[in-house]
Amino acid sequence: MRKHVWISFILLLVFGLLGWFFFVNQPTADLRPFRFGLDLVGGTELVFRADTSDITDRSGAMEALKEVVERRVNIFGVSEPLVQTEHAGLISGLEDDRLIVELPGVSDTEEAKRLIGKTPMLEFLLVKPDAEAALNDNQGEKLDLNDIFIKTGLTGQYLSHARVEFNQTTGAPLIGIEFNAEGKDLFAKITREHRGERLAIVLDGEMLSAPVIQDEIREGNAQITGTFTAEGARELARDLNYGALPVPITFSSSQTIGASLGDASLLAGVHAGLIGIALLAVFLILWYRLPGLVSVVALSSYIILSLSIFKLIPVTLTAAGIAGFILSIGMAVDANILIFERAKEEKKKGKSDMEAFHEGFHRAWLSIRDSNISSIITAIILFWLGTSAVKGFALTLGIGVLISMVTAISVSRTFLFAIYDRS
Amino acid sequence: MIVVKYRKIWYLLSALLIAASLFAVFAYGFNISIDFKGGTITEAGYDARPDKSLIESRIQDLDIGGFSVRPSGEKNYIVRTKELSGEEKAKLLTALQATSIERQNTVGPTAGSELKGKAVKAIAVVVAMIVFFITFAFRKVSHPVSSWKYGLSTVIALAHDVIIPTGVFVFLGHYLGIEIDLLFVTGLLAILGYSVHDTIVVFDRVRENLSLNQEKNVHEDFELTVGKSVNQTFARSINTSVTIFITLLALYLFGSTATKSFALLLTIGVIIGTYSSIFVASPLLVTFYKLQKK
Repeated sequence: MRKHVWISFILLLVFGLLGWFFFVNQPTADLRPFRFGLDLVGGTELVFRADTSDITDRSGAMEALKEVVERRVNIFGVSEPLVQTEHAGLISGLEDDRLIVELPGVSDTEEAKRLIGKTPMLEFLLVKPDAEAALNDNQGEKLDLNDIFIKTGLTGQYLSHARVEFNQTTGAPLIGIEFNAEGKDLFAKITREHRGERLAIVLDGEMLSAPVIQDEIREGNAQITGTFTAEGARELARDLNYGALPVPITFSSSQTIGASLGDASLLAGVHAGLIGIALLAVFLILWYRLPGLVSVVALSSYIILSLSIFKLIPVTLTAAGIAGFILSIGMAVDANILIFERAKEEKKKGKSDMEAFHEGFHRAWLSIRDSNISSIITAIILFWLGTSAVKGFALTLGIGVLISMVTAISVSRTFLFAIYDRS
Repeated sequence: MIVVKYRKIWYLLSALLIAASLFAVFAYGFNISIDFKGGTITEAGYDARPDKSLIESRIQDLDIGGFSVRPSGEKNYIVRTKELSGEEKAKLLTALQATSIERQNTVGPTAGSELKGKAVKAIAVVVAMIVFFITFAFRKVSHPVSSWKYGLSTVIALAHDVIIPTGVFVFLGHYLGIEIDLLFVTGLLAILGYSVHDTIVVFDRVRENLSLNQEKNVHEDFELTVGKSVNQTFARSINTSVTIFITLLALYLFGSTATKSFALLLTIGVIIGTYSSIFVASPLLVTFYKLQKK
């Protein structure tokens, strides 16, 4: 059967081209660069927990939160910032919704934390009629919001624009805000239904003012007055424009890795990988001779294919992720070893090379399949339940095992049949 | 055949190792990192590393509670403290007078304990799913030993493979300061995956031999079948663990300091995992068979 020889050449050509396209040829290789985790390139990761207990549309609110923080993060001018949300629930194993912000190259955690965390949380709340007294006593103080106010659902989320204005008689700075279409309707409804009551404007849990609603406001604009300095008003208007947080967040954890440590880890990881693979190749060839060489070719195809896929998805490679990949290389080799050992056994029974390999592939397949399925189950569960480091490990391991099943069976098999089939 | 015949010796050996590991856990306790208990870890780099006592006395003056200073790599110090505020961090950085701050992690106490719960949950779910899968994969060979017992043997071997490396690391944690961190848990999970992977390969051979016997209508003693299967997969088990051992050794020797203890953990895990597939999981099948016959 000449068929296997032809397919072998085609496979070699395909993997050669793939390797050339993604790793050697500069313009195309740079098109899809590797994405490295902060532990390898340096930078800051901040984790916040989001309090969504009062919100009905949680995933919508988290999506809005993500957008707002993304806008804020862009102020840093960081290349490739990453803003992610993780949802609470049985599947993720989290108790709170959370927000993860990765800022490559940023090392000033405090500044980053301040800029993201301090995004103003603007709320419009109705004052309970019986709470007027308490309100007057505590003007401007931090109040227990639930005792005094009734939520209206109107928040900074519905803001379209904020600007600094000045009171025409006193010259004091104030902030003029305009709602978006949705906010306009909501504001009109609130002012219509609660005429004569007081509507408090609360910023980050602090009441700025609580004017009495005189009449329905249909135009969708309002003024925030308070004891602002001109500078403070400008800053607040700017922050409101960048977006008020739809959900309050609190700081949970941070991680900062210096660029030099990152570079060193990356280089060491690549070195270790190359040396490991070279030693592995030597062992396989010394032990199994020609079939060993074939498995080294299959292994190279496996590595090229996996790395190409890591580039395409893209998978963020961290130290743990690289470890997962190295483990998957081990499992890929295991598939070949299973086949070769089985073929050896069959040969001892007096079968020809070709028959022995046929039988070897056939018999080894079940154990390769079942053992790899168990690895994939493990990877999937880890990906669901894991934190970002564990996720990176699970993802590279899972993808690696999946690809190794394909290459170990198809690539090694085609090459061996091409070599041994002389009938 | 030695493997199955002298199974009591292997059981004893494993029991001793597990007992030693559990003893280490109770005697020394876990050297838990800030990942699970909260706190701040700072790694400072120097051109020429100053005296440790000098750094310690400077931090002592800051009055930020308990702390520890440990050398790392060739020129760095790692400082562990409680969770620091922005102001305290700034004070610490001034006190360290480092050339560069290599990394700084802060984990809030609730985030830490949440993570611990999550790690435990992940392991529990993985174990449950694996028993389920193996029971399913071996459903056709429920004679003479029912298929869930294959799952049970796998899980016992798995517990064995997780407990012993943990014991080794608790020991190392006590004497060398290696910490139980998130990467450690990742490593344990990887060992767990490998342990099952390896056991399934051996069991698969038992499964194959059993159905071969059935086809040919041969009545072979179960003990003999298991012994034969172990012998047939022996070369493969050794060669596979050698290849994984080679890659992990490279990761340990040439990889970054961040993954060093991770590579060490996996290496121990692979050795123990290979051992347990052959010397624990397979003989257990025979033991279960004998128990059932009584």
